[in-house]
Amino acid sequence: MAILEVRGIKKSFGDTNVLKGIDFSLEKGEVLAIIGSSGSGKTTLLRCLNFLEFADEGTIAVNDEVLYDGAAEKVAKKKLKHNDGMLRKKRLHFGLVFQNFNLFPHKSVIDNLMLAPVLQAKSELSFIERWRFEKSRAYAAIREKALATLSRVGLAEKKNNYPCELSGGQQQRVAIARALVMNPDILCFDEPTSALDPELTGEVLKVIRELKDTDTTMIVVTHEMEFASDVADKVIYMADGVIEEAGTPEEVFRHPKSEKTKAFLSSRKTAAGGKDE
Amino acid sequence: MSFLDVTLYLLNGFKLTCLLFALTLVFALPLGLLISFCTMSRIKPLSILFKIIVWIVRGIPLMLQIFIIYYVPGFLNNNIFAKVDLYFLLNYQVQDMGRFIAVVIAFSINYACYFSEIYRGGIQSIPNGQYEACAVLGMTKGQTFSHVILPQVVKRIVPPMSNEIITLVKDTALARVILVTELIMKAERLMASALVWPLFYTGVFYLIFVGVLTLLFGFIEKKMSYYKV
Ligand SMILES: Nc1ncnc2c1ncn2[C@@H]1O[C@H](COP(=O)(O)OP(=O)(O)OP(=O)(O)O)[C@@H](O)[C@H]1O
Ligand SMILES: [Mg+2]
Repeated sequence: MAILEVRGIKKSFGDTNVLKGIDFSLEKGEVLAIIGSSGSGKTTLLRCLNFLEFADEGTIAVNDEVLYDGAAEKVAKKKLKHNDGMLRKKRLHFGLVFQNFNLFPHKSVIDNLMLAPVLQAKSELSFIERWRFEKSRAYAAIREKALATLSRVGLAEKKNNYPCELSGGQQQRVAIARALVMNPDILCFDEPTSALDPELTGEVLKVIRELKDTDTTMIVVTHEMEFASDVADKVIYMADGVIEEAGTPEEVFRHPKSEKTKAFLSSRKTAAGGKDE
Repeated sequence: MSFLDVTLYLLNGFKLTCLLFALTLVFALPLGLLISFCTMSRIKPLSILFKIIVWIVRGIPLMLQIFIIYYVPGFLNNNIFAKVDLYFLLNYQVQDMGRFIAVVIAFSINYACYFSEIYRGGIQSIPNGQYEACAVLGMTKGQTFSHVILPQVVKRIVPPMSNEIITLVKDTALARVILVTELIMKAERLMASALVWPLFYTGVFYLIFVGVLTLLFGFIEKKMSYYKV
């Protein structure tokens, strides 16, 4: 049974058709790498999955539950956008790690992780219980989980630091931990290393590799071809809003069928080769 | 009158100056936030209406606004502030309460409009990514604003706010245009008995007040420098 089933996603901004019908599915524990040149719609696709944008057409189903149906939303589009409560529940199926981290600068690392779970737990409590929440067992459990997640990304000793006191790589690892704490079914990454200095990308990619070992279902938009071919179970090459080529890393990287894919991959190779010299 | 006598006499007026200052802040700080929400609202008529209000309030001298608030109800044959004056005088032996309330209203509206623009600048300077990070973590709009946006806005607006608040200290002197006996008006009364120096002496009161505020804002800024953006 597929954990994620995406069918016929279309999205346009004004006259520009950014996504022209995207289909794919993902099994539990699988890692999907999405590659493609700039402007091909990779970010837009992730944003549609996380409901930061609303697809014009198509369906998104997680665990066989249809979360989004563009055709139905077209009729009642306004309803979904304003129905905050429902939308929030749907969003929690997905986690998103941003290119530029988007950590909360005024919160310590541990508070960055705990803010959303604490607010979520508090919102189910009565007014009086909220006052004493920080002494409750539920709060202790959230804190414990946050600390455990921080250890997972190797930053336990930074828990009381502020984001501005961390390196870019460490900040991105905090952002990954923050997304993990919410227990998403599918964790999405939008070019998690492209805002980092080259020597810092390794630590972030290592964390993602370790997540794969613990059966985390992930979608990674990346320009790191080597990483994609190592870690991914499936690779999608996107061009101009369509999936130009999809398959295992072996199929896409070693035996691409489409001319566009071949051209893209060879341009990447020369770019990478140029960098080494 | 000795120096001490004059000081005590002026302190009486200074009390009113301080009260006007404090009440204006109490009302204008939250009201300003509310107005900034209205000017940023996606409901077009609402945002246009409040933008016009802010334009008018910031465009007309505060002195004129005090006159308008105090006298216009009188023209409408319903001199509410005079009635309040009388009521307080008869019941509590407090003089000029109506005038004082009129000044507080005028100051609160005026400063709320200035503050609203500072809030707006602060809120709009928070990157969109912060909202999106909150959305992806399943936070509500209210939670996002109160736990993530507002704390960051506060840090950013402390310098412009302190500027505006220091201006408020000195603007309180305008209250005397409708005969509210604040500090300078007290000093002017002494001039009737040929004492001129107290008028200049009032400057010391303002200087000390502003000095204390400057220290306070410096302290707040320092307190909030635990993180950088
Ligand atoms: N909010 C928007 N309004 C209008 N156009 C948009 C919007 N968001 C994205 N686009 C357009 O959609 C196209 C695809 O953008 P997208 O960010 O999804 O590409 P991408 O594949 O992530 O590229 P990159 O590799 O540079 O990140 C671009 O042409 C972009 O200009
Ligand atoms: Mg992108």
